[in-house]
Amino acid sequence: MENPINKKEFVFTRESLKKKFRWSEFLSEKIITGVAFLSITIIVLIFFFVFKESIPIFYAKKKEPVKVETIQKQEQYGGESEQSQTNSSGQEQYGVTTNDTMMIENQARVEDTIVHGSDQATFKSLTGKQWLPVSDNPRYGLIPLFVGTLKITLIAMLFAAPIAILAALFSAAFAPYWMREIIKPAIELLAGFPSVVIGFFALMVMASFFQNIFGYDGRLNAFVGGVAMALAAIPIIFTITEDALTAVPRTYTEASLALGATRWQTALFVTLPAATPGIFAAVLLGIGRVFGETMIALMATGNAAMISANPFESVRTLAATIGAEMAEVVFGDTHYNVLFLIGSLLFVFNFSLNALAEFYVKGKLVKRFQGKQS
Amino acid sequence: MKEIKIKTRDLSLFYGPKMALNSISLDIPEKEVTAFIGPSGCGKSTFLRTLNRMNDLIPNVRITGEVLIDSLNIYDRQIDVVNLRKKVGMVFQKSNPFAKSIFENVAYGPRINGINHKAKLEEIVETSLKKAFIWEEVKDRLHDSAMGLSGGQQQRMCIARTLAVEPEVILMDEPASALDPISTAKIEELIFELKKNYTIVIVTHNMQQAARVSDLTAFFYLGELIEFGKTKKIFTTPDKKHTEEYITGRFG
Repeated sequence: MENPINKKEFVFTRESLKKKFRWSEFLSEKIITGVAFLSITIIVLIFFFVFKESIPIFYAKKKEPVKVETIQKQEQYGGESEQSQTNSSGQEQYGVTTNDTMMIENQARVEDTIVHGSDQATFKSLTGKQWLPVSDNPRYGLIPLFVGTLKITLIAMLFAAPIAILAALFSAAFAPYWMREIIKPAIELLAGFPSVVIGFFALMVMASFFQNIFGYDGRLNAFVGGVAMALAAIPIIFTITEDALTAVPRTYTEASLALGATRWQTALFVTLPAATPGIFAAVLLGIGRVFGETMIALMATGNAAMISANPFESVRTLAATIGAEMAEVVFGDTHYNVLFLIGSLLFVFNFSLNALAEFYVKGKLVKRFQGKQS
Repeated sequence: MKEIKIKTRDLSLFYGPKMALNSISLDIPEKEVTAFIGPSGCGKSTFLRTLNRMNDLIPNVRITGEVLIDSLNIYDRQIDVVNLRKKVGMVFQKSNPFAKSIFENVAYGPRINGINHKAKLEEIVETSLKKAFIWEEVKDRLHDSAMGLSGGQQQRMCIARTLAVEPEVILMDEPASALDPISTAKIEELIFELKKNYTIVIVTHNMQQAARVSDLTAFFYLGELIEFGKTKKIFTTPDKKHTEEYITGRFG
């Protein structure tokens, strides 16, 4: 062996124990550190970009009121339309509009809108009950989007949480060893299922299936979307819950069984309570998934922004709004800024959910297994 | 000699193809302390666990032979393992309180047996903790987490928890091996008290402990029962050379 320690001539001298500079180690260490910081930096930069783009709406009033971009209202698909057919190029323009003549032509109309004061995304208008960003009198009320998102999340969690938790409990506490080896990877693979495929399935199959059962009018609605989202959330909740359940020390289960508890009693009164923080985290992450899910929402919910408590009405979620409208919005427009604001909100929400899951749960678990508090 | 509580006949146990116990036949008398000694991996813990069928939890275990408790074969198909474990309680090497309050820990057993009356539960908890000599130490903090107790206290609370379901036999798997000498002394004192009412089987690595607490001692080696007899005799004039060598510390 080349190890100097094993060599006969190795002696403890000042020379042989002298600090050595190892180039390769130094380099690889720095590279790994660099890569780690790079990924963090990228995420932070993305957030700053999204946040920055949403800031102007809060200052819109102080700016010059004339905004040439409002010409894009020709792309509307809702509300009162008074398209200026005279403008030949306007309809085709998705990007930055810098046409001076257009600006002049539309000056009057734009100012008209400003007078109505509705193009300003003030706090008041953001909390409005209507989301009509491309009408002549655009309204950027986020409430219907929030309601839609929460409705979908609630429906998805009502389905996903019990199913996933019970499945995890079965896998962790009841399934024979060989069956667990099949179930767990199978469900975990589902987590990698492209959401567009789930959305497609919901759109084509589930929508008709549920319509036949419940007999509602609109094929695509919050219920269909919620159930499809549940399919996306189940693998996440299952995996984390299963991990939390199997992390419960074996000695707990043994102690309970040795006291004459049945397997069911042991699972219900010992394993499940001991794993609650982990299960809580699993549900939080599931909510995060549903909250940010775009494709399924776009495909299966009907995308009508309305406020209603009926689960069989169409909804539009925050994420789907970005997905549907970002491609058609004018760069720098209020609408554009509001979409970025929605993006920031989504980010902040999911960030807090994950942070809560991470820190609260870890602290709780540590406390629980190490004592002091019950 | 007292009445025989547990009888094993040609009990063999296999983990997959590997034989862990080789036809053990042993009689454990009622209301006495029987100690199992032997080097690590000799099968003494495995044997202990066959007595309340805790080995059922491990996959690929095969058992042949008989274990008779009160002359009933506990490996009979008709035997309900849940009820068996109520009669044959177990205390583990590492104290394993649930992450609940002391009260809830001790009340767990009675609760799952359908006792929900508060006063009745309180009574059971108090008597169990008193029997385990820990009542005085914890009576003012019954509703604190059991995780906050010291190791020795946790172990005695676990014994109280076992007593709360009123077993007839208590199996102890190295109950004091993780404890300091003072806690160990308390546990041993407790075992001495408990044998008035319970049949106790204890696995221990500590030979002095076996000599101190037990009435009978069984020496296991490589899955075989080498010698079984009165503790005094095993520790002074063992029949087998092997036993003598182990006890005097020449191997093991």
